[in-house]
Amino acid sequence: MSLNSYLIVGARPYGEEEQDIRIINGRIAEIGIGLDPENLDAVQAKGRVCLPSFVDLHTHLREPGREDAETIASGSRAATLGGFSAVFAMANTAPVADTAGVVEQVWRIGRESGLVDVFPVGAVSIGLRGQALAELGAMAGSAAGVTVFSDDGHCVFDPLLMRRALEYVKTFDGVIAQHAQDPRLTQGAQMNESELSGILGLTGWPAVAEEAIIARDVLLALHVDSRLHICHVSTAGSVAIIRWAKKMGVRVSAEVTPHHLLLTEDLVAGFDPVYKVNPPLRSRADTLALREALVDGTIDIVATDHAPHPHEAKDCEWDNAAFGMLGLETALGVVVSAMRDVPNWNWRTLSDRMSSTPARIGRAINHGRPLAVGERAHLVLIDPDQGRLVVAEQLASLSGNTPYAGMTLPVSVTDVFFNGIHQVQGGVLNA
Amino acid sequence: MKHLLSVQELSRAGTLRILDTALELNQVTDGGTKILPTLRGRTVVNLFYEDSTRTRISFERAAKRLSADVVTFSAKGSSVSKGESLKDTALTLNAMGADMIVVRHPSPGAAHRLAHAGWLESSVLNAGDGKHEHPTQALGDAFTLRAHLRPGAKDFAGLTIGIVGDVLHSRVARSNIFLLGILGAKVIVIGPPTLLPVGIENWPCEVSYSLDAYLPELDAIMMLRVQQERMNGTFFPSELEYSRTFGLNRKRARELPEHAIVMHPGPMNRGVEITAEVADSAQSVITEQVVNGLVVRMASMYLLIGGNVSVA
Ligand SMILES: [Zn+2]
Repeated sequence: MSLNSYLIVGARPYGEEEQDIRIINGRIAEIGIGLDPENLDAVQAKGRVCLPSFVDLHTHLREPGREDAETIASGSRAATLGGFSAVFAMANTAPVADTAGVVEQVWRIGRESGLVDVFPVGAVSIGLRGQALAELGAMAGSAAGVTVFSDDGHCVFDPLLMRRALEYVKTFDGVIAQHAQDPRLTQGAQMNESELSGILGLTGWPAVAEEAIIARDVLLALHVDSRLHICHVSTAGSVAIIRWAKKMGVRVSAEVTPHHLLLTEDLVAGFDPVYKVNPPLRSRADTLALREALVDGTIDIVATDHAPHPHEAKDCEWDNAAFGMLGLETALGVVVSAMRDVPNWNWRTLSDRMSSTPARIGRAINHGRPLAVGERAHLVLIDPDQGRLVVAEQLASLSGNTPYAGMTLPVSVTDVFFNGIHQVQGGVLNA
Repeated sequence: MKHLLSVQELSRAGTLRILDTALELNQVTDGGTKILPTLRGRTVVNLFYEDSTRTRISFERAAKRLSADVVTFSAKGSSVSKGESLKDTALTLNAMGADMIVVRHPSPGAAHRLAHAGWLESSVLNAGDGKHEHPTQALGDAFTLRAHLRPGAKDFAGLTIGIVGDVLHSRVARSNIFLLGILGAKVIVIGPPTLLPVGIENWPCEVSYSLDAYLPELDAIMMLRVQQERMNGTFFPSELEYSRTFGLNRKRARELPEHAIVMHPGPMNRGVEITAEVADSAQSVITEQVVNGLVVRMASMYLLIGGNVSVA
């Protein structure tokens, strides 16, 4: 009997016709109907949708520095339970991931955790301060092999530094992931600037503060012919600019978070900081534009912006609360919830937006591969009919700041294979 | 009604109930000077995260006039200044058995959080939360308007009220605009666009950038305070230009109808949004606003925690 070998029986690849999938030594060995289990463990998957595991280009794991909120290990558990095989860990840790030493440490701890592949994102600027370039080449050349660079949490606001960063990463096919937020237009900002922010007396975060930076950066990327990625696009105006830029041939990709697809700013009216996030929840019209853009490919991927915070960072008044919400364990359900009624959305589109395209943008060559013979068995089985009630206390994350607590998400991840290891069964992580 | 957090949670009937109760309390206490036994044995905590002597004293006096036990935690010299979280303070106050928390806090929604985050069981009265609301100020102003312009009326239909100045940063303006809307008055908001919030065109008011155009129509004009920190040239070019364009001086006051009243929530910047001459004129009801603030605070406290006790 070989290691990490199974026969998945009756699953529906990409939600299509039922097939059996034979996994031998961590790879897909055969796909077909009525396969003989021989001596393999059979995994009954009748009716389950089978997809390549997801890839998250935007995760905050908080280690090093805030291990009370999340660790690489706990974030990895959350990720695999959410159906991910790879996560890109943002650089805004303490110390900041702006040197080869720190990114190698994150990468190594990720490997030790062993539940998903953790790809460190390198900082663009030293200390995320937006003044001088961090050791981009050293991070790229380190064991971590960094390809994605971001000051996420902060915007690379200096246009000259942004230009230089875009140019510099061309040497190793890197990409700059921009957190698009004009800091001057968002001083003290607390929520989307709108009629509601005016009524609530909360300082507004205007859409233009995002759109102006995106407009500038797509022009810079065009000018220097480099790769730009836009983090957490949140407005209809941003979608229009990115759509134009792609038409102009700019090498730009963009992500949207599950929460910006589903939730809207009116949730802020109760002043519960669990809904405080950056960029802020926007209007209904924005969510509709984001959904349409995700279907037509203007927005390339879903990324979670999983942002764990300790209880006290949210159990306070709005102004003093931290920005951010959990995302890994709820991503699939939230995306399905937001997208299922949008025309032309199907499991193949979802798989493209949550697996193959994020892997391609991040150059994670062993992830986001098709369900095909010879590929690594990074697989997720989904029960498309069995919803799941979100209970904050039951999440694997060390933090509980989920805005979905009490909601029943329409689908659930039941099984996850990572390199053929059947590490999630029946929605539960094997110890 | 358990809490008073925002005027937007009030109905017209609920508003009138507070105003009528305030009127009754005003009569039986001779303008808030006599002490009633109404809230004997109840504890009212004043929790002030902002240094506002005027408002704090008004609430203290309101509670004492109703014979409540009053405890004050203010920004200076208590745990609230030592970085204790709002939640921990709330848990302490809950353990003390406070019947009501009167809270003034710089963060919008802080009163809302105290009432609804599950930290305590007390009634919460919002005494000003950041730029959000200051409901008892607006209720006091409605009391003043009613006394002068519509004695005993059930609504403010037919009244036109101008609110002038920094609406963007003003909780008083927010509460007044929405409360006057509930009472059916026509509200005209006047100020420079930099000091008006995005979306105000959908509020229950008209918006204008010109003060002079509206003066003859106004039954009352409320001048808002211009905060020192807005005067550094980022919201308008200079103090002088502001007072020239939006300040209420004698010349402008003469354009008001004879019956019109001049209001200001205080504290005033004499010479900026209002000249001393106008502030001290016969049209001005600014000192009355202070007294009326006291009686509506008494009324609110009574209605929130008085139970079935009669007023006097
Ligand atoms: Zn970000």
